[in-house]
Amino acid sequence: MQYNWNWGVLLQEPYLGWLISGVGWTIAVASAAWVIAFTLGSVVGVARTLPNRWARGVATAYVELLRNVPLLVQLFIWYFVVPELLPDDWGRWVKRDLPLPEYTTAVIGLGFYTASRVAEQVRSGIESISRGQSMAGYASGLTTLQLYRYVLLPVAFRVIVPPLTSEFLTIFKNSSLALTIGVLELTAQSRQITEYTFQGFEAFTAATVMYVVITLTVTAGMSLVERRARIPGFIAKGG
Amino acid sequence: MAFDFGVIFDSLPFLAEGLALSFLLTLLAAAGGIVLAVILALMRLSGYTALALISAAYVNFFRSMPLILVIFWFFFLVPLLIGRPVGGFYSALIAFTLFEAAYYSEIIRAGIQSVSRGQVAAGYATGLTYGQTMRFIVLPQAFRNMTPVLLTQGIVLFQDTSLVFVVALRDFMTATTIVARNEGRLIEMYLFAAAVYFVICFSGSLYVRRLQGKFAR
Amino acid sequence: MIRENSWVRCGLFAAAALAAVGLAPAPVVAQEFYGTLAKIDEAGEIVIGHRETSIPFSWIESDGEPRGYSVDLCLKIADAVKEMLGKPNLGIRFVPVTPQTRIPLLANGTIDIECGSTTNKLSRQEQVAYLPVTFITGTKLLVKSGSGVETLDDLSGKRIALAQGTTNERVIKAAIEAGGLDVDVLNVKDHAEGFLSLETDRVDAYSTDHILLYGLITRARDPENYEVVGDFLSYDPYAIMVRRDDSAFQLLGTRVLADLFRSGEIRDIYAKWFQPFPTSADVSEPPTELLEAAWQLNALPE
Repeated sequence: MQYNWNWGVLLQEPYLGWLISGVGWTIAVASAAWVIAFTLGSVVGVARTLPNRWARGVATAYVELLRNVPLLVQLFIWYFVVPELLPDDWGRWVKRDLPLPEYTTAVIGLGFYTASRVAEQVRSGIESISRGQSMAGYASGLTTLQLYRYVLLPVAFRVIVPPLTSEFLTIFKNSSLALTIGVLELTAQSRQITEYTFQGFEAFTAATVMYVVITLTVTAGMSLVERRARIPGFIAKGG
Repeated sequence: MAFDFGVIFDSLPFLAEGLALSFLLTLLAAAGGIVLAVILALMRLSGYTALALISAAYVNFFRSMPLILVIFWFFFLVPLLIGRPVGGFYSALIAFTLFEAAYYSEIIRAGIQSVSRGQVAAGYATGLTYGQTMRFIVLPQAFRNMTPVLLTQGIVLFQDTSLVFVVALRDFMTATTIVARNEGRLIEMYLFAAAVYFVICFSGSLYVRRLQGKFAR
Repeated sequence: MIRENSWVRCGLFAAAALAAVGLAPAPVVAQEFYGTLAKIDEAGEIVIGHRETSIPFSWIESDGEPRGYSVDLCLKIADAVKEMLGKPNLGIRFVPVTPQTRIPLLANGTIDIECGSTTNKLSRQEQVAYLPVTFITGTKLLVKSGSGVETLDDLSGKRIALAQGTTNERVIKAAIEAGGLDVDVLNVKDHAEGFLSLETDRVDAYSTDHILLYGLITRARDPENYEVVGDFLSYDPYAIMVRRDDSAFQLLGTRVLADLFRSGEIRDIYAKWFQPFPTSADVSEPPTELLEAAWQLNALPE
């Protein structure tokens, strides 16, 4: 193989700066999307277990629709299709005046997509709690709201910490798709460095190492959460 | 805005070719991935620390990688490393196989562990070796238990094949994009792509659910 | 007419002789091939990298067939390869490339030759080699008619789309930096996506080589709404890319092009794609004096 190794390139400007900004964008996309995914996913997941048929129907439709279309297609629809379907003024606003249009679109697309997966975890968490608890709750005069607030959710969210950890990791990995709509996150930056320097191995190795570091950090952080959240006698499903 | 879905009809053969490539990639990568995954799972459960560590390292490494980055590695750098061209399709196939094997192996490991220890002990007691016990007693039952999960992962894999778009390999997603841009019909084509993926993946998951129901009985 | 080279004539004669006695095709010239030629010989096919939206150099319509000026030139080279290897049935496979993938895929052997709209740059020559120049262009701006934008300076406070991996991307980014301009950049994957961003008002301008901008306009639904503005911001001589350190294959390509330049056949091929553009009868681009000069300079004698 003819290849001139030059690891030093990673420490040169502007390439070092590109890598750092890439990591920054990856974290920025993933964390903002996670806020949407967790909030919306919890709501949808709870809705799937409610007694109300309509709530269940809408939530199920949401999950099936978003789970069965590739994330890449969803991103393209958010980015290319949605602004054109809006009234002209709104579409123009989305494309031009929205702050950081590509970043925002990536966050929304990734957030809504991941919400469908979080919803499934929340639902299975709630369903893992024995029916007896719900009945006991109702029997003691709790409303549905109170039942979820005081009985089901506190247990469910602690049970699903491990699978949520893996969804949280997945959102970091999936944030790399933001490059397809022009966000210069970590993977995009490593490719850009390859284009400028032709040092592909070094650039991709750097990106690879950084993803591993992100994963290890998140895993370590979440295992602390997991330890604190664990309920004696419960074995978490999935993971 | 006027819609023109006729453009889809005109380019059906081109789109169908792309879809065929997506399917082929899914099937071959799933087959290869499962074979590799069985090996990884058996290594993990073999009781030899070294083998188990290698397997765990492999699985954890690939599970921390974004698929796009793996595709880039195999598209651009691996052919350079081994000094001979691999070709776009095979690069993608190898990338998907290695990547998916990490996910499949976790499913298979769980499947193997779901077979009760007593059965393994019984196998050994009747004089079977480790290989024979796995081959004749554990794996058949494990595969039956985990078929639905493996199929679900197959659906995920099918969706993931759309990512070869980033290296312009002509799968369904790339074909759709080409038509969308040539004809200036983005809205129609991307909605169409979403519909096609949805119909295929949703039918797939309905089938898996029916299968689960059958197995649960 | 092309004047045939002695080896071509010899090859044709030998091939005819072989065909006459009904022998299985075998390498006509008993010589050891190396590099790309050996690879093509072994694989039984030549792999041509092409672009998807570089009109009229190398692009595809909805049938997926690559076409264009650069593709035609590469097919001529493929013919010469067939003769050299004595394999008239040698396969030709097309692989699509983008500005980001073309160099890595050539360097790693996925494609054997790149026929698109690639600028011959010295920094790229650290990775790849080029055949003689086949077209000369430069960076300009594409804007919507009546936008009032004439130069890069007018884009202050506005957005421009740039295709990643192109020479234009670097030229414009450098100019923005040098001039201290407040221009926001949107990174796009290829020309089609850049044009789309302009069409849907996501950006105020798209910049690439002027000739490609004309090509993009011919594909627009409302061509009259777009205009190419500004002075040339760079000098971009296009050339076909081949692998580095492979003088035998490079010579073969150079020879084919020199023959075309010398015989004047290049004018016919050029006219087929530029006078007018196949995508619009209204757009025609005669060869510039500079391009004529480049052809003459490279019409090397046998």
